[in-house]
Amino acid sequence: MTSAVSEAKERPAAQLALEDAADRGLVLRLSGRLDAYSIAGVWREARAAAAGAPNRPIVIDATAVDYCDGGGVAMLVDLLRQPRPADAAIAIRGLKREFQTLLDQFDPHAFAAPPAPPAPQTNTVEEIGRASAQVLRDVRTQVAFIGETSGALWYAFTHPRRVRWKDVWYECEQVGANALPIVTLISFLLGVILAFQAAVPMRQFGAEIFVADLVGLAIIRELGGLMTAILLAGRSGAAFAAEIGTMKVNEELNALTTMGLDPVRFLVVTRIVAAILMVPLLSLYANLVGVLAGGITMLSFNIPLVTYLKEVDSIVDLKDLIAGMVKTPVFAVLIAGIGCLRGLQTETGASGVGISATRAVVSGIVLLVAVDGIFAVIYYILDV
Amino acid sequence: MSAALASEPIVRVEGLVAGYDGNVLLQDVNFSVNRGEVFVILGGSGCGKSTLLKHMIGLYQPMAGKVIIDGDDIVTAEGAARRAVLTKIGVMYQSGALFGSMTLLENVRLPLEEYTALDPGAMDLLARMKLKLVGLDQFCGRMPSELSGGMQKRAAIARAMALDPGILFLDEPSAGLDPITSAEIDALIRRLSRSLHITFVIVTHELQSIYAISDRVIMLDKRAKGIIAEGDPKVLRDTSDNPWVRQFFRREAEVAPETT
Repeated sequence: MTSAVSEAKERPAAQLALEDAADRGLVLRLSGRLDAYSIAGVWREARAAAAGAPNRPIVIDATAVDYCDGGGVAMLVDLLRQPRPADAAIAIRGLKREFQTLLDQFDPHAFAAPPAPPAPQTNTVEEIGRASAQVLRDVRTQVAFIGETSGALWYAFTHPRRVRWKDVWYECEQVGANALPIVTLISFLLGVILAFQAAVPMRQFGAEIFVADLVGLAIIRELGGLMTAILLAGRSGAAFAAEIGTMKVNEELNALTTMGLDPVRFLVVTRIVAAILMVPLLSLYANLVGVLAGGITMLSFNIPLVTYLKEVDSIVDLKDLIAGMVKTPVFAVLIAGIGCLRGLQTETGASGVGISATRAVVSGIVLLVAVDGIFAVIYYILDV
Repeated sequence: MSAALASEPIVRVEGLVAGYDGNVLLQDVNFSVNRGEVFVILGGSGCGKSTLLKHMIGLYQPMAGKVIIDGDDIVTAEGAARRAVLTKIGVMYQSGALFGSMTLLENVRLPLEEYTALDPGAMDLLARMKLKLVGLDQFCGRMPSELSGGMQKRAAIARAMALDPGILFLDEPSAGLDPITSAEIDALIRRLSRSLHITFVIVTHELQSIYAISDRVIMLDKRAKGIIAEGDPKVLRDTSDNPWVRQFFRREAEVAPETT
């Protein structure tokens, strides 16, 4: 079984010739090179020939075979393993000694049965039971995580000198400064789209100026914070899950634990604090960009920027800004908390980190929208 | 290994200069591996063993030099020529690097699916036979995560042999294994070498494995940035002029190396 490819260029490919033998038998005359690259056609023909002569003895004449590696041996094993009557057996003759040595390593009848099936599938009831137990475990883990994180955050609040501020600033850069370009782009486009979609129908009624009311209120009360949070759930939440997940796979979390360091205090608190500091700032910035983008769009509808901004100022008051901004620290805790939780829940294997990142994004966004809805109800009840 | 086989180089490394970010780790390395032999690259931690192996299998581009695999330079080969060179070699990575989402059979089948036109049944049979060679044919349907470290390494060897390459590169085949499993891997390498005449290029620093499997070794040193000894390991242990080589083979505390 030595180097296949270079020799393949010099030697003839595998060939098969069928001949009738004197004793009603069939001869399969193989020649050339028997390797996995060139044997496919010959293998099919040989199997078909053997299947077409179920009651005739078959001799495989390998005298003219000048190279045979694992692929060729596999074909011979495949032919020999076929069940046939005793008087119609398959025999091999003329195979060179070195190739016969390879063939002798395998008992063809050991490969008669199909490959072992994969592990048996569980039934539906068992699947439902397992899924339910998994959900309960998940809930328990989340409750435990919320408790641990709250304790760690309280400890950080009461002992600020024990917080790893260097890590917090690093995470602030990752979550905040590095997210500025994407937040700028999305907020700008959001403002443009909102203004444009509203202005076209409103122009029919000569009410283009009220686009400023719509854009101002929608972005400052609702969309600025929510869109920023959704962006960060995709960007930073997934990153937290992947970072912590990789640390878990590399046993770095075990190392922290055995050093007596709490992974939650070490890894989760720093990220949550960074998110709490950065998400409100980014949301404020997104509000500004979104509202300005609406104003720039309205220039094409002959509404001057000053007029647009005065209209925004007349309809949006401090209460609206506060209502929009109060939600953002809550969003920050959700994004960072879910990201870190999924990271801590990472299982081993190549797909483990990927699954954690996906779960962080999906559950993060679902929770963000749900919590935003709860805020809307609370504001309605409180008449904010 | 016959004398004829022993005298014919199948891998030649010529004037190899390798390193990272402008730092030279290996300077002007020259050696050859003969067809059919079990060739071991050894040395202390950080001397560039795995780096050398990764240059030999084409994963890294050297700063200078050639790596001739069965007549073709893997450094300059591109496209179809590179794929042709890569079919001549099989690689087993330190961790096994089996694909975790596939069964053992599917792992071994993968190269066959990509490189041959065999029927699915034929590929299955061929993959089972490779697994049989490493003693894992009864675990065809198992996922890699269900196997021990030693079994994963054996399965990785089966996958590396799927296309019957003439040369197998093994990176630390015994690392992290218990002595019994390690001895089993050594025995497997010897058996495959004798029965299939595969050339093995193995990176390891497990002395027991080196004595058990190697026909010839080269020893790298990070201060010399290259080869400081070459030959039969037992002879090197007993007769090397270099005290550091003798100390290495005798597992004694380090002394300053004497570069040659």
